[in-house]
Amino acid sequence: MKEYQTITEISGPLVYAEVDESIGYDEIVEIETAQGETLRGQVLESSEGVVAIQVFEGTSGIDQNASVRFLGETMKMPVTEDLLGRVLDGSGRPIDDGPEIVPEERQDIVGAAINPYSREYPEEFIETGVSAIDGMNTLVRGQKLPIFSSSGQPHSELAMQIARQASVPEEEEGDDEESSEFAVIFGAMGITQEEANEFMEDFERTGALERSVVFMNLADDPAVERTVTPRMVLTTAEYLAFEKDYHVLVILTDMTNYCEALREIGAAREEVPGRRGYPGYMYTDLAQLYERAGRIQGREGSVTQIPILTMPGDDDTHPIPDLTGYITEGQIYVDPDLNSQGLQPPINVLPSLSRLMDDGIGEGLTREDHADVKDQMFAAYAEGEDLRDLVNIVGREALSELDNKYLDFADAFESEFVDQGFDQNRDIEETLEIGWDLLSMLPKDALNRIDEEFIEEYYREDDSERQVVEAAD
Amino acid sequence: MSKAESTETTISEDGVIQSVSGPVVSARDLDARMNDVVYVGDEGLMGEVIEIEGDITTVQVYEETSGVAPGEPVENTGEPLSVDLGPGMLDAIYDGVQRPLDVLEGKMGSPYLDRGVDAPGIDLEKEWEFEPTVEVGDEVGRGDVVGVVEETVTIDHKVMVPPDALEEDETTEVTAIEAGSFDVTETVAELANGTDVSMHQEWPVREARPSENKKTPRTPLVSGQRILDGLFPIAKGGTAAIPGPFGSGKTVTQHQLAKYADADIIVYVGCGERGNEMTEVIEDFPELEDPANGNPLMARTSLIANTSNMPVAARESCIYTGITIAEYYRDMGYDVALMADSTSRWAEAMREISSRLEEMPGEEGYPAYLAARLAQFYERAGYFENVNGTEGSVSAIGAVSPPGGDFSEPVTQNTLRIVKTFWALDADLAERRHFPSINWNESYSLYKDQLDPWFEDEVADDWATKRQWAVDVLDEETELQEIVQLVGKDALPDDQQLTLEVARYLREAYLQQNAFHPVDTFCPPEKTYLMLTTIETFNDEAFKALEAGVPVEEIVDTEAAPRINRIGVQEDYEEYVEELKSEIAEELRSLY
Repeated sequence: MKEYQTITEISGPLVYAEVDESIGYDEIVEIETAQGETLRGQVLESSEGVVAIQVFEGTSGIDQNASVRFLGETMKMPVTEDLLGRVLDGSGRPIDDGPEIVPEERQDIVGAAINPYSREYPEEFIETGVSAIDGMNTLVRGQKLPIFSSSGQPHSELAMQIARQASVPEEEEGDDEESSEFAVIFGAMGITQEEANEFMEDFERTGALERSVVFMNLADDPAVERTVTPRMVLTTAEYLAFEKDYHVLVILTDMTNYCEALREIGAAREEVPGRRGYPGYMYTDLAQLYERAGRIQGREGSVTQIPILTMPGDDDTHPIPDLTGYITEGQIYVDPDLNSQGLQPPINVLPSLSRLMDDGIGEGLTREDHADVKDQMFAAYAEGEDLRDLVNIVGREALSELDNKYLDFADAFESEFVDQGFDQNRDIEETLEIGWDLLSMLPKDALNRIDEEFIEEYYREDDSERQVVEAAD
Repeated sequence: MSKAESTETTISEDGVIQSVSGPVVSARDLDARMNDVVYVGDEGLMGEVIEIEGDITTVQVYEETSGVAPGEPVENTGEPLSVDLGPGMLDAIYDGVQRPLDVLEGKMGSPYLDRGVDAPGIDLEKEWEFEPTVEVGDEVGRGDVVGVVEETVTIDHKVMVPPDALEEDETTEVTAIEAGSFDVTETVAELANGTDVSMHQEWPVREARPSENKKTPRTPLVSGQRILDGLFPIAKGGTAAIPGPFGSGKTVTQHQLAKYADADIIVYVGCGERGNEMTEVIEDFPELEDPANGNPLMARTSLIANTSNMPVAARESCIYTGITIAEYYRDMGYDVALMADSTSRWAEAMREISSRLEEMPGEEGYPAYLAARLAQFYERAGYFENVNGTEGSVSAIGAVSPPGGDFSEPVTQNTLRIVKTFWALDADLAERRHFPSINWNESYSLYKDQLDPWFEDEVADDWATKRQWAVDVLDEETELQEIVQLVGKDALPDDQQLTLEVARYLREAYLQQNAFHPVDTFCPPEKTYLMLTTIETFNDEAFKALEAGVPVEEIVDTEAAPRINRIGVQEDYEEYVEELKSEIAEELRSLY
């Protein structure tokens, strides 16, 4: 291994060095400063004689006398089942004072694309216990379903609720797939120490930590390191899922910080920027993360992703949520208005979507009437929402009886169906029964999206038939 | 350069890598022409020459370049990127440079896509039963069919004289031809001018295959989707764009077209989209029945899957690979429909490569040649008279994913300048689960007039009149809704309230269609027509009742009319519709 003291230029997170051998693209670099500090970096561009290095920890402290070592390999993540229960930093080094990790394998963090031919189509329902998700935007194993939120919203609580509850029914039911256990991998990118503490306390309180791996890149950690953290997370997830048969739930927060880091590197390299200064390759870059969710034929495990992103200005046309939405299989919107009304979780189901839902629900998976109930509730709630605008102008009296019923439905939908509290865990049966309780507020012939057979079976002719009385209280 | 013969090619002019940056590699001392295929580095990664400046050649690499270092060799094959054409392309799934993904899985022994592994686009060893259609002594010209093989249960693959074997209008004599079992590389016919015709041809992807001339398309590509066939039809040989923000149903619409469009051959290009979506196609299509003949859908389908996480350069080429395969089947006289999902990802791949080349950017960072490339692609679609005298068509349907759902961005705008059918997807409709969420006010089809004669002959002679009636009612509704937003529905006069009710049936029963319902998912034009006439029956009877003095509340609150919403799911719709029409009339007449 050759050492160079040939740094010619230092600019932002980038270091340029002259070399007299050929250095591979993406190779890992160690830089030792005059003070004896060792920094790590990665080759971003390799030309004859000169390489551009992106330094994860930032370039402060580096001068032209610092020595540069090329390790001759691309970045690897040491993986083993023993990682479960451990807390690591954003580059995968333990920070929990635990024993040293003896890796079983060292895997390339870039991760090759899964051959679409080898994938298995995800259609196994995950019960999150959250009605607004299970009932209206069902999550399935191997899906990538981001939470679109904005600053100051309780997206972390929602993510924790999902992480906590999604695991439970799997272990209870067990049936013949008992070998597949559940694991949570949590990747924090640029979140505050306080947020991180909340997650950690919740993990410890519920005992979830022992089947979790936590990667922490906090707000004051180097920004460039954030570009590596999710790759470490996903490499670990793939290992546990496809080699150790775990059902892995990956929570990545906050993707916005990740994208900011990409932009920072792009700007330092003086690249031609795409929209709003983000690099033109951001779609490809994000896809290389999100597409690592999925199932593979012949393998027991699965990787399900819930990336969280805070939309700058609560604007979903901003490049980060926009590109994410084009890659992921739907999205869950956390709505500031609903939050200020005190709904927990404040999920707005209308713009939310789960693309894989249709194959994951129905007879034998959830319940035979699920799809119809969902469609009808969407239509009725949308109708009620529209009428709310009108009420503000003409008042309730000016509306027809049916319109008033839609308004009542919309109110009840929010207060009884969506607002369940962060601690309540509802099974799918309960969610659908609440759905029918609500739909029965509307006249039968307004239920045009539901099969007549199901109306016969489930429609409540009068209030006494309500199955779930005052569920939310 | 086709992969079928890459093993035998002798490689000459070598170069040396000078620099590596993502998918863009520069090489020194490489003697190459533009668009030549080269093999890069010790691992032999496939790439294509995209820029030459002095003795520096720039190459876009179709595979991941991690670990590739300056000093490694670059080998030139001296041939442009080509596809292997021949039997075996149907029921196959390829990546963006026509490597079969199932073969790659076997060769790599892993569910992940490894680097430096190559495979020919068609199976070179498989034997096919060749049946000659010409005899020794017959005169043949370029593109002429010399025989057929049964490629799948649905499709007979026609073996043609390569279009570049002869000059235009030149003919030559068949000197030897025989029936029997051959693999694709063996000669099945010999021609007097020295050409050996085999089942295997190659064609450079960036060059359109020759044709005699292009004709005005006059037959619709019937899709079984009510809003498309009924309001915004596309012709066989036509072009269409489906722009829409995420979640508005572009992919479902594309899948519905691939499943139910009455084309002979479907080429489905998944360009930079989701892996799970391609898996859905791979899993569903072999099980789904072709509505035309009951055979598995895969028997008429060729899939190209270059998902968003696969190398970006191969995403740039996958559209060309797709359209070249489509043209080849067109030459056999088939009607081919090509779906590209999504052309925006293709444009982004161009942008990414262009920015790595440090080209001067045009609008929003896209290269200045974006419009030209889009136009070139859509111009390869059309209804053609082929060089061998047959007629065939390539219909191109491109999804567009505008950032933020804003149609004013460059890809949407440049696409709209070329295509003649525009199906605008609408986030508001999707949000209220109105699917397919195609906005009937914004969408258009410029083929309507030239296709009407077909619908009038085949379905009903008042097809165009009925359509205009529906459009008028929907237009009126849009205007009325603006008033309703201000004053409420009850403030409208009775006749306008009734119009809203009729429009509601049009929207809920006619325009909405459930892609996941086994019956409703495919709606033949006859059913589309009958559904419309049922709504019109309600309209006519209801207005008669209103004139006779029946209050609008009573008309709206009838039993029979809501069953219009269930026509879509009826298998025996003819009987249902007849009954329903008379019940609607009876009930409304009983009110006065």
